[in-house]
Amino acid sequence: MILSNTETVPGYTITRNIGLVQGNTVRAKHVGRDLMAGLKNIVGGELRGYTELLEDARKEATSRMVADAEAKGANAIVNIRFSTSAITAGASELYVYGTGVVLG
Amino acid sequence: MIELGITALLLVVGVIFGTRAQKKHIAQLDAREAALSHMVVTNLKTVPEGLGQPILVTGSVVIAFDYFRRFIAGIVMFVGGNISMFEVMLDRARREALIRLMEQADAAGAREVHNVRFEFSRVGSSAQQGKIGGGAELLAYGTAVR
Repeated sequence: MILSNTETVPGYTITRNIGLVQGNTVRAKHVGRDLMAGLKNIVGGELRGYTELLEDARKEATSRMVADAEAKGANAIVNIRFSTSAITAGASELYVYGTGVVLG
Repeated sequence: MIELGITALLLVVGVIFGTRAQKKHIAQLDAREAALSHMVVTNLKTVPEGLGQPILVTGSVVIAFDYFRRFIAGIVMFVGGNISMFEVMLDRARREALIRLMEQADAAGAREVHNVRFEFSRVGSSAQQGKIGGGAELLAYGTAVR
């Protein structure tokens, strides 16, 4: 599966458009991580626990999108976009979407 | 009175450790950027032909909006104008995210990253109330090719 956030894949031609494919996941942080984040709120800097949490979640969302594309018979996903939104205090939705295509 | 003392203490701790961490981080960013200077990074939509199979790469960082910065921002908001402290902080975070993206591309053997996009989103417990607090995630993503 070729993943790209460009509209075309250089060196390949798109022979068929499958349509929109997508994956999402909603993650909540846990108490331990929030405690550390509280401390960091005094001195500033990176919230490493959150970075890892969101990276993990993004991988999960991406693999769901890939599964969606495979089920629809695509062999590549182009024009991929990521979006993150805070849905309630302490939980975020990671959403990734793109166009599933068949490359010739 | 005790509350005032706690506020003052938090501010002092924030200033001392925050400033030290910032200096260290900027020096580190400069060094890592220099080490990755062979990479070509653009936000052009089209990728040059003949560079092999593309790989989707990402780099992200979650930063805290700390107590001291929030306090200063609160004061500046009365009179308006630049809050340069936040400018520097966001710039640092964006550079960090971009460097992580470049490091991921470099590890995959890529020499160019195209169509780089930046995303910003609020995370953490204060994100919903529209207050400056909690943290924010900065994400950079793009298509890497050899």
